[in-house]
Amino acid sequence: MCLGIPGEIVEILPGHADLAKVDVSGVRRAINIGLLDNERLQPGDWILIHVGFALSKIDEEEARAALAFLEGIGQAYDDELKALRDSSIDRG
Amino acid sequence: MRFVDEYRDAEKARALSAKIASLCEPGRSYKFMEVCGGHTHTIYKHGLEDYLPETITLVHGPGCPVCVIPMGRVDDAIHIAEQPDVIMTSFGDMMRVPGGRGSFFDSMAKGAAIRMVYSPLDALKVARQNPGKHVVFMAIGFETTAPSTAMTVLRAAAEGVGNFSIFCNHVTIIPAIKAILDSPDLRLDGFIGPGHVSTVIGCRPYEFIARDYGKPLVVAGFEPLDILQSIYMLLLQLAEGRCEVENQYARVVPWAGNLKALRVINEVMELRPYFEWRGLGFISHSALRVRQRYAAFDAEQIFEIPGGRVADPKACQCGEVLKGVLKPWECKVFGTACTPETPIGTCMVSSEGACAAYYNFGRFSRERVREATR
Repeated sequence: MCLGIPGEIVEILPGHADLAKVDVSGVRRAINIGLLDNERLQPGDWILIHVGFALSKIDEEEARAALAFLEGIGQAYDDELKALRDSSIDRG
Repeated sequence: MRFVDEYRDAEKARALSAKIASLCEPGRSYKFMEVCGGHTHTIYKHGLEDYLPETITLVHGPGCPVCVIPMGRVDDAIHIAEQPDVIMTSFGDMMRVPGGRGSFFDSMAKGAAIRMVYSPLDALKVARQNPGKHVVFMAIGFETTAPSTAMTVLRAAAEGVGNFSIFCNHVTIIPAIKAILDSPDLRLDGFIGPGHVSTVIGCRPYEFIARDYGKPLVVAGFEPLDILQSIYMLLLQLAEGRCEVENQYARVVPWAGNLKALRVINEVMELRPYFEWRGLGFISHSALRVRQRYAAFDAEQIFEIPGGRVADPKACQCGEVLKGVLKPWECKVFGTACTPETPIGTCMVSSEGACAAYYNFGRFSRERVREATR
């Protein structure tokens, strides 16, 4: 729960202003982007995600570096991805 | 590709290591504390202490929110979970944390309905799907996770969900740092500031540490080079006679933090007069509770909470480890009676606890460095 994981916004979900479909290491899930509503997020933007919420907007270079680092730490990131896979947020 | 980067990083790490050594005054020793479990994890995983002169000691502070939950609060949560028609939901990290009467996992084995969730929004979904049950979310974490809990309560209120509440155990980082600074046990030369907490609170709340206590603080990222760079920045401040808050992680952390996140926390939660921290005892204004206007979503208002205090097991020295007074391997039960499989204390449960990080990686750090420099 403490890991901030980078994800790329795939689409802003229609009808849910606060929800976006986000790709995290190939796992696509709905993420709440309501804490970044002044960033005008769009598909292709990268965000740092904590427990289903985008907490900050980051650039792609930072996102790729953070992903490489997380993929190297092993178990803790695997657990986080597994938890994300089980997530199914469907309303903001 | 990763191997190429790792090699390049090792080169950069050695260059930083030389710069760090050149800034150390002969005959002076330095103690820097990191207050983020993620940093502790990186330090041990990558054997960073082996890149530092022996006169620099890294001390691990109370930066793991799972580790600082006192046993009495775990018992309270289990008590709620055992009430009829209740489903308790929790992050996976919390499942093995022992209270006085066992852990969530132990309680599940005895029949309590406890489910692991990734997000508080998943917990809210469980509530929508189970209208005949009351669903409680075990809310833990520093300011990094508090906005997510607050947003979920706002969502539940907007939808009028009547069978959802949170058991709020959110803690705030600044009072914990102040407690460490006021403690006579430890002489510190500076702080490696937490990364993700700072994305929410920003850098300003740390300014009193430089101004009133004369200690520098550098907010740091999580990669090995970030931490080495931050140590270099701390030493440079000391060498130049400066004492400031600096932001090494500006690529992610805005100086002002995330104002929307701070606003939603403040809308839903308020400071408690005091809260017990494992190892640090009672600290004033160091945790959050649900405001009265959202009482319908506050498990503490809905259920009778036993609220008992439970002393840590005698053999357990998590308190000293969390204050940075003891290194993990100096605890009497480290690696013998207390291991990640059978943890006695919280520091061994969470993968970001200092003991688990050292147990899993630290023991091998010297070999790792030999490999890297071969």
